[in-house]
Amino acid sequence: MEYRPNNGDWAVEANGLVKLFGDNRAVDGVDMNVKAGSIYGVLGPNGAGKTTTIRMLATLLRPDAGSARIFGHDVVKESQIVRQLIGVTGQYASVDESLSATENLIIFSRLLGLGRAESKKKAADLLEEFGLTEAAKRPLKNFSGGMRRRLDLAASLIAQPPLIFLDEPTTGLDPRTRSQMWDTIRRLVNTGSTVLLTTQYLEEADQLADRIAVIDRGKVVAEGTGDELKQSVGTSSLHLRVENQSDIEIARQTVEQVLKVPSTLSSEAAKITAPMANADLITDLLIALREKGITLSEVSVQKPTLDEVFLTITGHGVEEDKTKDPNRAEAVTV
Amino acid sequence: MSTSVKTSHLKNHTSFIQSVKNSLTMAYRGILKIRRTPEQLFDVTLQPIIFTLMFTYIFGGAISGDVQSYLPVIIPGILVQTVISTSIVTGVQLREDMDKGVFDRFKSLPIARIAPLAGALLADTIRYTIATVLTFAMGYIMGYRPDGGFENVLLSALLVIFVSWSVSWIFAFFGVIARTASSVQGISMLVLFPLTFLSNAFVPVDTMPKWLQWFVNINPVTHVVSAVRELTNSGTAGWDLGISLIGAVAIVAVFAPITVRAYMRRT
Repeated sequence: MEYRPNNGDWAVEANGLVKLFGDNRAVDGVDMNVKAGSIYGVLGPNGAGKTTTIRMLATLLRPDAGSARIFGHDVVKESQIVRQLIGVTGQYASVDESLSATENLIIFSRLLGLGRAESKKKAADLLEEFGLTEAAKRPLKNFSGGMRRRLDLAASLIAQPPLIFLDEPTTGLDPRTRSQMWDTIRRLVNTGSTVLLTTQYLEEADQLADRIAVIDRGKVVAEGTGDELKQSVGTSSLHLRVENQSDIEIARQTVEQVLKVPSTLSSEAAKITAPMANADLITDLLIALREKGITLSEVSVQKPTLDEVFLTITGHGVEEDKTKDPNRAEAVTV
Repeated sequence: MSTSVKTSHLKNHTSFIQSVKNSLTMAYRGILKIRRTPEQLFDVTLQPIIFTLMFTYIFGGAISGDVQSYLPVIIPGILVQTVISTSIVTGVQLREDMDKGVFDRFKSLPIARIAPLAGALLADTIRYTIATVLTFAMGYIMGYRPDGGFENVLLSALLVIFVSWSVSWIFAFFGVIARTASSVQGISMLVLFPLTFLSNAFVPVDTMPKWLQWFVNINPVTHVVSAVRELTNSGTAGWDLGISLIGAVAIVAVFAPITVRAYMRRT
């Protein structure tokens, strides 16, 4: 591996990270470079290896191969230094269910070396900042998902670490809470922190991240800014259903001729989807279809979904039935 | 925006003082948890009361002729048996705790690796203290007046608490290596049952067959029971106390390192 001097400009440098769970290569050679002071998004479906990657970078899992450095410090050899530089907010709230919000924050503060009075003050300040003051004394069992995430994030900020890992910070949150979480994340970066977040939502990565890595089956399949990624899938995507099933092949050829991109057929073989660089092309397409006498039952132009990003980049769709895979990496990691 | 992070002042190891501080904070967490979920204390409050009553009245007449003369025999026996068996919970709870999300946070914090483990074991001495106090209290209510006097009762209580803490390392080890909390419970019972019942805790050793006497006499629990009896009933400390302490220290010397190693490997 080439030695690169690091003056703290790179928050994360990962080279060929590999993690095996039995025969399953959950992470299969991930390279990643995150500039200090930026938001970096790791985008991928369930089981792609996002959580496993984060857990290796956060010293929670030992990589089976490859190396990673956090601000120049090796995650395996200098793990205790790395832990002083990071804050981790897990996919499943990493706070103590049986204690109150205040107690949780006080214990974490004490563990981080703050004094008794300091810890109390820190806990109160953070609860205030995250709008949890009223619920401070209630047991966490009665907390909503959003409150739990906020507390979790607050706990990660006690030591004001320069790098914060957020594993799917908004999964399962309602839209209002989600945009609150986004504001919080943006605020973090304004104070100089680096944020590495994982998400299943293209929109979230697009909204927040300066750069995005698309990860699938343990590998980074694309990397770039949000715009660069979207260019590869078009700014919008076409969904089209034909009235008569026998027209489907002609319709597909027409779509590909007019849009000059490969299209895909949905599994029920009833729907054609294709990326569109320019939404105006829909007019040309509809005219062409009418000339050929094809009757449509449904047509729409939508923003590209993660599904389509995946389809375009990896050549296969998001496999929802991955939950049946016993080696699914996300939830079963120890 | 470019942000430089200076990291040259950071150390890659945890000092001894920090380890102790972290462990105490984790013990504080354990105590808070006990306070929040008092139902956790059912076993240490009910078991001493029920077992002491039950065993004294069932075996009293058969073994010592009457309940009163059985008390000096059974109270130390039941004390050791009850308090040691409450240490199983340490392993079970450790397993449950390690499966929770909060353990991820502990692992990602720059704290002594040993702290969550040491803290849990430390907090559980509260459980042993409750069980000890209740057993002696039950004995007192039933008419047990130890001849050794209060100081020696206190000493024997400390001995039992220390021994239970040592034994809890065994269960902590199971807790760390086992897959589920219920399997920890299962294995631990399997170890504990023969240890506590194949001892002199409930009946005199000379009533047992010769081959069993051999095991009972080398069983460390027998020595702890004898040591407690000597302390409480005659106020003397002998060879049994020595063996008990040596045994307890030996358990810690063996199980603490392997538990910590297994724990580190998992984390």
